[in-house]
Amino acid sequence: MATTAPNVYNQRTVVRRTRWQKFLANKKLWRGVTAILCTLVLWEIGSRWDEWFGFRLPFIGFIPPPSDVMVAWLEVLPKIGYWQSWYLSFKRVLAGFLSAMLLGIPFGLALAVNRYFRDIFFPPFEVLRPIPPLAWVPASLIFWPTNEMSIAFVTFLGAFFTIVINVLGGARSIDISYLRAAQSMGATQLDMFWRIVLPGTLPSIFTGAAVGMGITWEVVLAAEMISGGGTQAGGGLGFFIWNSYMGGSLEQIVVGMISIGIAGYLSSSAIRYLGTVCMPWRRLF
Amino acid sequence: MAAVGTVPARENAGKGAISIRNVTKIYDPEGVNVLAVDDCSLEIAAGEVCMIVGPSGCGKTTLLSAIAGFHSITFGEIYLDGELLCGPGKPLADQGADRVVVFQNGALFPWMSLADNVAYGPTVQGRLNKTQAREKALDMLAEAGLADVGDKFPGEVSSGMARRAEIVRALINDPKVLLLDEPYRAMDALTKSIMHEALLEMYDRTKVTIFFITHDLEESIFLGDRVVVMTTRPCRTKKIVEVNIPRPRDYHILSSEEFRLLVDEANEAVHEEAIKAFEAGERELA
Amino acid sequence: MSEPVAGQPQPGVTPVQGPPAGLGMFLYKARKNLTGSTPYLMMGGIGLWLLTWWLLCEVFSVPRFEKMPGPVAVLSELFSVEPFLGISVFTQEYYQHIYLSCRRIFFAFMIATGLGVPLGLFMGWSKTVRDYAFPILETVRPIPILAWVPLAILMFAGFEAPVIYLATLASFFVTTLNTLLGVDSIDESYFRAAGCLGAKRRHIFWHVVVPGSMPFIFTGLQISIGVAWFSLVAAEMVSGDGGLGYLIVDAYMNNVTVPMVIGMITLGFVGWITSALVRLVGNRLMQWRVRALALEGR
Repeated sequence: MATTAPNVYNQRTVVRRTRWQKFLANKKLWRGVTAILCTLVLWEIGSRWDEWFGFRLPFIGFIPPPSDVMVAWLEVLPKIGYWQSWYLSFKRVLAGFLSAMLLGIPFGLALAVNRYFRDIFFPPFEVLRPIPPLAWVPASLIFWPTNEMSIAFVTFLGAFFTIVINVLGGARSIDISYLRAAQSMGATQLDMFWRIVLPGTLPSIFTGAAVGMGITWEVVLAAEMISGGGTQAGGGLGFFIWNSYMGGSLEQIVVGMISIGIAGYLSSSAIRYLGTVCMPWRRLF
Repeated sequence: MAAVGTVPARENAGKGAISIRNVTKIYDPEGVNVLAVDDCSLEIAAGEVCMIVGPSGCGKTTLLSAIAGFHSITFGEIYLDGELLCGPGKPLADQGADRVVVFQNGALFPWMSLADNVAYGPTVQGRLNKTQAREKALDMLAEAGLADVGDKFPGEVSSGMARRAEIVRALINDPKVLLLDEPYRAMDALTKSIMHEALLEMYDRTKVTIFFITHDLEESIFLGDRVVVMTTRPCRTKKIVEVNIPRPRDYHILSSEEFRLLVDEANEAVHEEAIKAFEAGERELA
Repeated sequence: MSEPVAGQPQPGVTPVQGPPAGLGMFLYKARKNLTGSTPYLMMGGIGLWLLTWWLLCEVFSVPRFEKMPGPVAVLSELFSVEPFLGISVFTQEYYQHIYLSCRRIFFAFMIATGLGVPLGLFMGWSKTVRDYAFPILETVRPIPILAWVPLAILMFAGFEAPVIYLATLASFFVTTLNTLLGVDSIDESYFRAAGCLGAKRRHIFWHVVVPGSMPFIFTGLQISIGVAWFSLVAAEMVSGDGGLGYLIVDAYMNNVTVPMVIGMITLGFVGWITSALVRLVGNRLMQWRVRALALEGR
């Protein structure tokens, strides 16, 4: 045995910090804040270059500075029309998204559970899937009697394909030994579907829903912009942006973009939250 | 297999004494302090096969990680051949090819062929150029009975072959210490016994210091010079069993009286700790 | 490779054969597949779908469906030498549109991959880079690509640049995040193994981070090219000049539905081809993975 030197470090004093202290001492947080602040400052300088130095920088020079955007935002915030746009877009997103979930989950599960159903219905599905949802816009404008319905239809399509693919993949990746275990305990086909296939697919359903939600927002926005929004359907954040563009109000375009970003972020957070509520067994830590 | 009596010149032969002194490790996930290793001291002589046995998740791997330089230690110090690896003021040891680890689940790079995997160490250290390293790798693979699979990817060979190749990948660097972290955990008993014999044969050839973590008691007595039984978390040395079975060993000793007595001796200590660990019911640390 | 085992060939006993490879394997698989009901059901599925479409639109002219062209109308137009509405596989205009869209996708995809993959790799490799870059990405990412349309038109002059910019932006986010995910997915023990074999940080980058994240990168690239098409179509519809999205919207404006459907079908087909190409390149680059998966019977 080597001689043990007197160990002054062996006092075992461990500093404990509160959660809040830890949060503030987090290097990651401060780096993130720094990065975003720097971006904002650079953006401000880049946009104001023309004002201050007399010539316009490429690309960034055409974007209004963040301070102006802030001012424009404060201007629209109390206006009812702005919130009306939020409401209309949310309504459309929800309509398309919910109908896609309602049809997509059973369809995906049916594809996964029944081989014959899969063999017959999967090929046409795969043929239609690569067509980008927005390519359907004109066709659906012709097909559906109102603008509102055609927007809902395209939105539905956008989320539908993603959800079905995720449900199918999730249901087929369930470990076969779960099914065998259930069978050996005397579960019927129906039991197995409700107690194993459905919960086993839940994680993929939520993944699909999160992706689908993103696509839904894209599609609603595009549909609102392409259909002109104005005449029949009216409103929505996409129309808000398009209108600002037509009216030449650059600041409002950016306000619209940020609003949609926030709306999209809120929707996907809601789905994530719902996911943790519905799947307690996934909350390990 | 190498002919008996050829002892390859090993630069680091007779080196690799590890001294672990009063090591303590406190993990701090999410503001909750977890004492993983508590005031653990252990001396390992050069050329010794030291087997560390303890219940799952007791902190054995933490000790190995500290020696290899993956994790820092909170208190205490670790020496290799009298040189400080980590200690006060230098909580994290440098990673280096003098202490090569063989991992629990295998860490052969799946994107390189077995030969490239083995040749990786010497190439990346700049000791050999690519062709030389490859030649040596193929030689060493052949020595370990893997002559024909050098160009296959790890995903294409059996787990036993992959594991053997991984040990070859460690040995090509002529390490002072070989750190094995439950390398045969996921193997069936038959493959395991073959792996044991291959490891013993390799040890008799190289006499490299081995730090071997396991929770298989028979494995530890069959392979080791000393079996160190660890307590459940926090990890401390509980009992050290000296194994005086002469080398070279083969599987016949498994049925000897001497072997059975040693297993009995160690079993008592291990069983006690296993019960404690089970009752604590903590989730294993990564 | 499939050399029969050389032994004493006994009369009446067929020599043991190795597993078939190459064409033999293909034929074997094809024969095996054709004996099941699957291929016939699949053809039936496609047939059923075409039949429904045909019946709804052309035979019974169900209200609302009558406005849509049926499969016969679309296919006969698509393959007619002298198309009534100006678009068929025999007209130059058709290929002009495909060429324009593909060229834009090519540029967008290349730029996005060239920027996104390195950025993702660096973010995964270095915590500092990630801490600074990730928050910015996550702040900008929730803004739908389409919301950028007006700004893109203002920022870039002409027709071509805004369209490419939008498609690039869409695929850039997907590529970067998937690459980052790929680096995160690499088992810690590979880094440790490389470390204790004496690899320096730059070696770890080239020998562990890059190859280890390849599978995720290529999954990401497949999604990314899909997203690029998605945004490209939208951009072409709003601001474009030529291209398949423009073809669709132009037909809509002129109240002709057949070219519109032709545009949609073509888009689906071309989009599918491009993502198959990406998969092909991925498989060639990741032989280690393909072979391991093949042994697992996938």
